[in-house]
Amino acid sequence: MSALHWFTQVLEVLAAVLVAPLFLGWISQCRAWLQNKSAPSVLQPYRGIRKLFHKDAVLATNASPLFRIAPYVVFGTMVCAAAIIPSLGTRLPISNAADAIALVGLFATARVFMSLAAMDVGTAFGTLGARREMLVGFLAEPALLMVIFLASLISASTALPAISEDVATRTLALYPSLAFTAVAFLLVLLAENARIPVDNPATHLELTMIHEAMLLEYSARHLALMEWSAALKLLNYACIGFALFLPWGLATGDVPVPGALLVSILVLAPKLAAAGLVLALIETVSAKLRIFRAPEFLATAFLFAVLGLLVHLLLGA
Amino acid sequence: MVAIGSSSALVALVSLLAAWACIGVLGLARPSSVALVRRLLFPLGAVVGVALAAVALFSIATPTEQRVLPLGLPDLPFHLRRDALSNVFLFLLGAASAGISLFGAGYFRAGEGSPPGLLCLQYHVFLASMGFVLLADDAYAFMVSWETMALSSYFLVTTQHRIPEIRSAGFLYLLIAHLGAISILLAFGVLQGGSWQFTFDAMRGAELSPAWAAVAFCLAMLGFGAKAGLVPLHVWLPEAHPAAPSPVSALMSGIMLKTALYGVLRVTFDLMGDPAWWWGLIPLAVGLFSAIYGVVFAAAQTDMKRLLAYSSIENIGVMFTGVGLAIVFLGVDMNSLAALALIAVLYHAVNHAFMKSLLFLATGSVLHATGQRNLGRLGGLIHRMPWVAWLTLVGVLAIAGLPPLNGFVSEWLLLQAFLSAHEVPQTFVNMLLPLGAAVIALATALAAYVMVKFYGVVFLGQPREAALADAHDAGWLERVGLAWLAFGCVVLGILPSQVVALLGHVPAQFGFAATTPPSSWWHFVPMAERQTAYAPLVFLLAIVAVIVITSWTVSLLYHRRVRRGPPWDCGFARLDARMQDTAEGFGQPIRHIFGAFFDMRRDLPTPFDRSPRYQVVVGDRLWRILYLPLERIVHRAAEAVAWLQQGRIATYLLYSFATLLILLVCVL
Repeated sequence: MSALHWFTQVLEVLAAVLVAPLFLGWISQCRAWLQNKSAPSVLQPYRGIRKLFHKDAVLATNASPLFRIAPYVVFGTMVCAAAIIPSLGTRLPISNAADAIALVGLFATARVFMSLAAMDVGTAFGTLGARREMLVGFLAEPALLMVIFLASLISASTALPAISEDVATRTLALYPSLAFTAVAFLLVLLAENARIPVDNPATHLELTMIHEAMLLEYSARHLALMEWSAALKLLNYACIGFALFLPWGLATGDVPVPGALLVSILVLAPKLAAAGLVLALIETVSAKLRIFRAPEFLATAFLFAVLGLLVHLLLGA
Repeated sequence: MVAIGSSSALVALVSLLAAWACIGVLGLARPSSVALVRRLLFPLGAVVGVALAAVALFSIATPTEQRVLPLGLPDLPFHLRRDALSNVFLFLLGAASAGISLFGAGYFRAGEGSPPGLLCLQYHVFLASMGFVLLADDAYAFMVSWETMALSSYFLVTTQHRIPEIRSAGFLYLLIAHLGAISILLAFGVLQGGSWQFTFDAMRGAELSPAWAAVAFCLAMLGFGAKAGLVPLHVWLPEAHPAAPSPVSALMSGIMLKTALYGVLRVTFDLMGDPAWWWGLIPLAVGLFSAIYGVVFAAAQTDMKRLLAYSSIENIGVMFTGVGLAIVFLGVDMNSLAALALIAVLYHAVNHAFMKSLLFLATGSVLHATGQRNLGRLGGLIHRMPWVAWLTLVGVLAIAGLPPLNGFVSEWLLLQAFLSAHEVPQTFVNMLLPLGAAVIALATALAAYVMVKFYGVVFLGQPREAALADAHDAGWLERVGLAWLAFGCVVLGILPSQVVALLGHVPAQFGFAATTPPSSWWHFVPMAERQTAYAPLVFLLAIVAVIVITSWTVSLLYHRRVRRGPPWDCGFARLDARMQDTAEGFGQPIRHIFGAFFDMRRDLPTPFDRSPRYQVVVGDRLWRILYLPLERIVHRAAEAVAWLQQGRIATYLLYSFATLLILLVCVL
């Protein structure tokens, strides 16, 4: 591993961490446009995080150390996930430390810590949010794994970099199996990131919230880290989507060439912009589901993934 | 490592098992002395456990050795054999029981049911008999140790035999254990293949027709499945585990269930050797069903030990799924994949021994500190019992299948094996098998749900009862026991290369070695043909580094100021402990989604009730579908033959006379 490898790896992680709030800001800007509202600045999430860091942290009297550690653990897992996902290059040192299944496991770790922290203070909303989050999580995880399975069947590897290299070097054709799983992945992305059909990031209406309910007791730097992790998670999911379905433009060579790296950055930006627009569009045209419709929503995702798998096994495409 | 040569490992193991038995007998010297048992015998048992684990670990690569013990009947001596498979399970037995015994040294008190000396005897005989099950090399020795194991554990379950529920739980356990034992005995009867030699060597050599081999396999599955707690023979588990003292539950769930897995592996891969591929579908289907069934029921439980018992059913289901997969692969000559699946099973067995023992012991500490098993009366114990709480957290994260702990690695290996299942030549099977991976994924994700419920309700939140304020942390011996098991969970999680290399001796011994490419000690590569790797240490370090850097940067750039205040909860002022989610509340979405599994009775209050009560009783639907009809049939049959019992001696003499006549006719 050369110094350039490590440089690229660090660059990738730093870029992901720094761009994540911007991505969130871009989505809310697009949504505001689509809904005929005047949009906040795309930099609004940064301002929010900065403000939160400056404040004094207020902890509930009965909060345990677990409650204080959890934001750091969640943030740490998300940063680690960003290092594993090939968003700029595929031959990076840490991205080979874990495959896509381990990545799903990392997200699960973050979810479990967040839920445990939400239960720590013992408020009505916290536990309710934790329960719903775990509910959505256990429904989404099998669907996500089926998506990854299909990709790994096609490219004979469960490692994301290998999958992207394989898909990127194939002849350009429509793979029906990949199309099905792409739909499944999109549904999982919406559910896992507390986006609109399952959860609403913009509301604090008590009875409907999931993600926000878990963060109610957090304040200041802890809350900032949790918000940042959520933004990073959304970016990570988007990058997993690109790695699985749109891997073109990644720096794939064994030795990262600065030119290829530049290209990959230039390609990633419009991809993210387009993804943000699509997400905003989906959030604009769909309404939030009741919590007990969430299993149906995720069952649909699972069925799409299974359909993709069967199509692949039957047609070999 | 060199000192324990291949010639002496078996002798060392047998003497260690004998030492366990001796420790047990020593307990009878002063049966009512708690001090002797706690200060000396249990710690001694733990030392023997560590020694056993060490011998088993370091002799795993040495060749198989056999001995004949001059015990047993005159013409039926006990045959013993040590090979890689026994070594793996002996390691599991020694290492996990060391933690449990240390915990037990601090746990058992006077005045709780059986006298401590007797308990010590039962406990150590139980341990030794499990060891002999793993070493037995003929059906006779196997069945004797198997029954000793069943009986000693029965007595341990019924330690508090004055409570009627515990007696009936023990009875149910004994009943199903014996149904299983009969089935195992029949399986051995078929396996000897007409040679009437009951040594395992003879069985290895016996030529069975495919039909008889299938019969033997099904009998073995039935018999060992009853002990393992596969659905539908699982009903004893959630009854017996809460009844037993916590260290005993830990032994039974963590170790004894694995002896059944050992039995299936021994019969299938060693005694029969060449299984047909379709046999694998039986453990595969039963295992997948058990996995889902167990975890769904675990989510609905309100008693913490019942919850863990159902979680054991799930894990046993996962292991049998792997066994099925290994058989399918072996049957179609995909040997390296069969080896991968088998390694995943063994890995999961060892993992489960550590994490489930840890959790059961933690429930024991909670039970001692609070006197409560009911999740609805616990909460907030992380403040009162920080040691137990943090060590339990390791077990909880491990069993929820989260990286970088051990539960994840074995499930990851199993999923890797599943990913190649589409290469099986049989059509339809190759399309259905990948869906099994989805079921495993669902079970794992649900296990995380269950564990968040378990940990969150017991240790986090506000205490649900005023009495919990007096809860005390576990004593130092109990902490050491818990820490030992938690340490095992971490080590097994971050060193997969070493563990897999050691476990790889087992399939190699059965003749289908894994083609594991060389992987460095921190970077684990399971299969050459797939560019997949897993380096838990790297991302453990990465996460820790990020956490350290983040907290350091935050405190450097901003400040560390923290204020304490009342919980916010959207401005709701009068918060009390009863407003938290209960265990029932946590189970509600599961009951809603998986309603078909449950037998539910709900009492809803009307709006006009003076003292409204909400009650939901969740039962096992299989009781109504399977067990109650069976019980009725048995009753009817008993009534039908009851007329034979006339109660007059003349009638019985007539029966004897008739029997004699019939026999004479047959002989002549």
